[in-house]
Amino acid sequence: MVSSIYMDYSSTTPVDPAVAEAMYPFFSEKYGNPSSLYTKGREAKKAIEEARQEVADLIGARKEEVFFTGSGTESDNLAIKGTAYKNRKKGNHIITSSIEHHAVLNTCKFLEIQGFDVTYLPVSREGLINQDDVENAITGKTILISIMHANNEIGTIQPVREIGKLAKDMGITFHSDAVQTAGKIPLNVDELNVDLLSMSAHKMYGPKGVGALYIRKGIHLEPLLHGGGHERNMRPGTENVPGIVGFGKAAELAKKHLPDEEKLVILRDSLIKGILEIEDSYLNGHATKRLPNNANFRFSFIEGESMILILDMKGVAASTGSACSSASLEPSHVLSALGLKPEEAHGSLRLTLGIGNTQEDVDYVVSVLPGIVGKLRMMSPLAR
Amino acid sequence: MTDGYSEKVMEHFANPRNVGEIKDADGIGKVGNPTCGDLMWIYIKVKDNRLEDIKFKTFGCGAAIATSSMITELARGMTIEEALEITRKDVADALDGLPPVKMHCSNLAADGLHAAIKDYLEKSGKK
Ligand SMILES: Cc1ncc(COP(=O)(O)O)c(C=O)c1O
Ligand code: FES
Repeated sequence: MVSSIYMDYSSTTPVDPAVAEAMYPFFSEKYGNPSSLYTKGREAKKAIEEARQEVADLIGARKEEVFFTGSGTESDNLAIKGTAYKNRKKGNHIITSSIEHHAVLNTCKFLEIQGFDVTYLPVSREGLINQDDVENAITGKTILISIMHANNEIGTIQPVREIGKLAKDMGITFHSDAVQTAGKIPLNVDELNVDLLSMSAHKMYGPKGVGALYIRKGIHLEPLLHGGGHERNMRPGTENVPGIVGFGKAAELAKKHLPDEEKLVILRDSLIKGILEIEDSYLNGHATKRLPNNANFRFSFIEGESMILILDMKGVAASTGSACSSASLEPSHVLSALGLKPEEAHGSLRLTLGIGNTQEDVDYVVSVLPGIVGKLRMMSPLAR
Repeated sequence: MTDGYSEKVMEHFANPRNVGEIKDADGIGKVGNPTCGDLMWIYIKVKDNRLEDIKFKTFGCGAAIATSSMITELARGMTIEEALEITRKDVADALDGLPPVKMHCSNLAADGLHAAIKDYLEKSGKK
């Protein structure tokens, strides 16, 4: 029998049935436009505001500081472009890291074309950003620092609180992409010293195509879209009511499930221990400063896409940072930033756990992987 | 990712033919893929101008492994002249096509075979 084990929760998560149930009435029954004044409209408006409160509660924010968007990507774009355009007169320098998600990196690259200067900070071999590097990069023209909370590939958790403190002391706006941490580890915007924080519903058992940006009171952004004044002019466009309701429900459940998410550390460490038994295998990222659900390995002499294909045949869904698996045919920028050579990045495998996974799943993966690696090494001209 | 791989590709990937090395090979072709950094080594044994045996070792994606396997099947038993005529398109066609981003992997297989034959011709003084 082919099993079906999903270990790619950092790509996306299943929608929790309770979330789907909460969303359902907002398609054909409670379909009002939240801007309408009659009952059906007010009903939708109320649901959005309740969802806003749930998301705010998840991150220790005030309701008025949460703005719904169409994705984590959009939240990142709004935070970065919105700050850059608003502060053009103050300065044109942005500090970020070399391991950000493309939603941040490519936004920064776009701004470079428009005359902004961007510093892409390096990371250590373990994937950590050095606070001193942030401090040294600050100039009189720095208007924004954007550092992700945890990395989506290697799971490294950055010293966001410390970097935020630095930014705060210098009066520089600080954004953090928390798409991978919201709902996975406790988050508090005040403790983290962030002014802007990106989230995405589909990474926390909510629906795809809904995101949120936390904007601290007093921080002003230039909106990306112009239209009918929705989301207090920050994101005009008739709201995705079912999606937002789903996000709210997911945030509510995430708070309850935080202890379960944190318990994934036990499964993760069991997975890591089991897999590192394989000869010439290594862990990518930091041993402890990493997401409870993230394990990222590399195996010498073999290529990741092949590994993923065989794992898939065995019923396991996983991902890789190999060049062969990317549309650009370049190795993952994150693995490259760790200092890994292309052939090392080639043999990478990411397994990201979720609340659906069990110790049996871990045991199964640990039992099949040595055979897969062995089969591919038999075929590899590089293997000894 | 598998999205776009034909059943034939997946079949060859899952059960690759002619994996390994030939210890006393008459020709060895070692080629690398400049696009993504993969490697393919093809070993041939020639008897009476025919490819009597052919084996491969590949470090690469699913398509690279499937094309390696396919080219060994295509070329086995062919004359040197016939084998030199195999193009990357022949390999891709025999696999019922490859996704566009994976076409370059079939170059590797054709280049590897041709390199092995060239090596044989040079070693045997036929060139
Ligand atoms: C760290 C990080 N930022 C941003 C995103 C983009 O989020 P979305 O898929 O909602 O656009 C992702 C997910 O792919 C992510 O992992
Ligand atoms: S060998 Fe790298 S994409 Fe096929």
